[in-house]
Amino acid sequence: MKELAGKKDIIKQLREKILSMEGFSAGANSRQLEFGLGPMNAAFPGGTFPVGATHEFVSPTEASAAAANGFLSGLISALMKKGGICLWVSVGRKLFPPALKFFGIEPHRVIFIDVKWRKDALWVMEQALKCDALVAVVGEVREVSFAESRRLQLAVESSRVTGFLHRQQPRSENTLACVSRWKIRPLSSRSSDGLPGVGFPRVEVELAKIRNGRPGIWQFEWRNESFRPVPAQRPAALAPQTTRKEQNYA
Amino acid sequence: MPKRYLYIWFRYLSTDRLTKINADLQGQPFLLYAPERGRMVVRAASRTLEKEGIAPGMVVADVRAILPSVEVFQAEPEAEEKLLHDLAEWCFRYSPTVAIDPPDGLMLDISGCPHLWGGEQPYLQSITNRLNKGGYTIRAAIADTIGAARAMARYGNRAIIAPGKQDEALLSLPPVALRLDAPSLQRLDKLGFRQIGQLSSIPRTNLRRRFGDALLFRLGQALGTERELLKPIQATPVYLERLPCMEPIRTAKGIEIALERLLEMLCERFFREGKGMRTGIFKGYRLDGETVQISIGTNRASRNAAHLFKLFELKIPELEPALGIELFTLEATLVEEVSETQEALWSIGSNNQTVIAELLDNIAGKVGARSIHRYLPQEHHWPERSTKETNSLEEQPETEWHTDRPRPLHLLPRPEAIQVMVPLPDYPPLNFRYQGEIIRIARADGPERIEQEWWLQNGPPRDYYQVEDEDGARYWIFRLGLYGNGKPQWFLHGFFV
Repeated sequence: MKELAGKKDIIKQLREKILSMEGFSAGANSRQLEFGLGPMNAAFPGGTFPVGATHEFVSPTEASAAAANGFLSGLISALMKKGGICLWVSVGRKLFPPALKFFGIEPHRVIFIDVKWRKDALWVMEQALKCDALVAVVGEVREVSFAESRRLQLAVESSRVTGFLHRQQPRSENTLACVSRWKIRPLSSRSSDGLPGVGFPRVEVELAKIRNGRPGIWQFEWRNESFRPVPAQRPAALAPQTTRKEQNYA
Repeated sequence: MPKRYLYIWFRYLSTDRLTKINADLQGQPFLLYAPERGRMVVRAASRTLEKEGIAPGMVVADVRAILPSVEVFQAEPEAEEKLLHDLAEWCFRYSPTVAIDPPDGLMLDISGCPHLWGGEQPYLQSITNRLNKGGYTIRAAIADTIGAARAMARYGNRAIIAPGKQDEALLSLPPVALRLDAPSLQRLDKLGFRQIGQLSSIPRTNLRRRFGDALLFRLGQALGTERELLKPIQATPVYLERLPCMEPIRTAKGIEIALERLLEMLCERFFREGKGMRTGIFKGYRLDGETVQISIGTNRASRNAAHLFKLFELKIPELEPALGIELFTLEATLVEEVSETQEALWSIGSNNQTVIAELLDNIAGKVGARSIHRYLPQEHHWPERSTKETNSLEEQPETEWHTDRPRPLHLLPRPEAIQVMVPLPDYPPLNFRYQGEIIRIARADGPERIEQEWWLQNGPPRDYYQVEDEDGARYWIFRLGLYGNGKPQWFLHGFFV
């Protein structure tokens, strides 16, 4: 019994060590930024959204692509609170710069790089991720191979820039070296007091994979320039998904 | 030390320029014209034409009547001015002080220069020969004063006026040689003064009373009793470094070393002068006589050798060394001041700003500068015009980004036509068909009418609706036109979050 407790201790220590080596430790994450993700923070290692890593967003439809861009704009706005520049690399960009202002980003502080080919986009993204003067880099690319994502992740690990890889309608959801995989879907909005019309944008955020964290599904509303968690509207529908076996991707 | 001046008059500057561009015009009758008070007036006539009695100031139609075969070209005063400036720069080889006398003269302060050519005669000969060989007809004269040299070059027939002899040399020249204004010249002519010598017998007080100070002043300048200063042109500094090689270079590594050395030399100079490179050309002169080159551009003036090297490095494979390169040159073709203290407009510090500018240079080198976009707000309601692009990293918005009206995060580059089922006259649609799918609308906001900006374009207005389907996807659709007034069309223009 005593031996077992000792083993548990060792494992716990080793886990913390691994986490700190991966850059997730609370100490390294000294600049605690408020992303307003509320209940979702428990899903992340260290209890806060991991900055200085690459995150993958997968959007199967055009509507979900817009929702994903909105969600990650909200995250970037928290990163850019203290100033700085963000780079937005894309192949076939649809983003309308003035609308970024709705999500708390000054559109003139974003530099857009529009390239024709996937390879160029990845090259630009890698160069940008190596540049620690930037706050965040978004890459809108359809297909990314594991090796390519590994390069991005390696670039990030030395520069501590946060990278967002947004894949729209990818052919396959292959494994990547990113720390997380997100899927954002738009949800029906509710206007207050049952008034007719469209309410605040509401999205369902599925954290499909998170290294050293707990995947799950949450709902958020973007209101007054921050995310507000929405109490689960359909507990019956959500229950089986949240209780499914939690996976750890290391 | 007594001053000596040389005046060069380009007798047929504008026509010589055209002949140099188009060799077929050699010996042909042609003229240059410019519109003046609704007529086409001759500005310059070729030598052949001048023999026919055609002079500047005539009307082109008259010349055509006299000589139907004449060719006419529009005058290009700017090009001629630039040519004169270039010629002045060329003259630096003869004197460090060169000034321009528009429209077709050059003035050189040659004090202390001619002895290098073995005296004034060979000096003048050398200039005349070289310019003649270059295709220019010139008349030149050397004198103690600018006024005398100019008068002699334009109206006299002697090339060199010996020191102190300008008084007698000018005697037989007409008064027009003195650079006087037209009314004074007319008055002189009326009174029968045909030569400058006639003026010398008149008391100065009488001259002043009749013709004002200007005549005496100009006369004094020509004779050397009044001072005249030249306004010399400034040579544009050339940022060029050369690196000859002992052995022809054939390897990429060798080229890199050469480039590094050249960049070091050039950047050192940039640091001294507080300048930076915006565009640069790296040239290699090959053994077989060919020249190969690569060029780069930067977003901000840069003098960081490592950064510039990186930009060039991407293009080194384009250089074909063939048998080997024996001489490398690096020239900064566009040089700008580097502001030492950049304002921290981005609140990220000037150091980071430089790093980002360098990153963008790298990106521009790889994927092209046109792929980099930055947007500023523009006061237009029409969504496509609500932003403007800027090339500069430093430019800040003059107006606010508006958030009072809903705007979609994704905007289609071109609105896509959709089929709708809609209650009339201006309700949002019940459903619409987009890419073969029927989308049922559960919630809608609108309309927001955006009128055409009549000062830019005409057409029907757009009525925008923000709609949400049953799954929660939000769209921005609009109707172009109004029911009851033609046939309106519906379009999908964007996606909301």
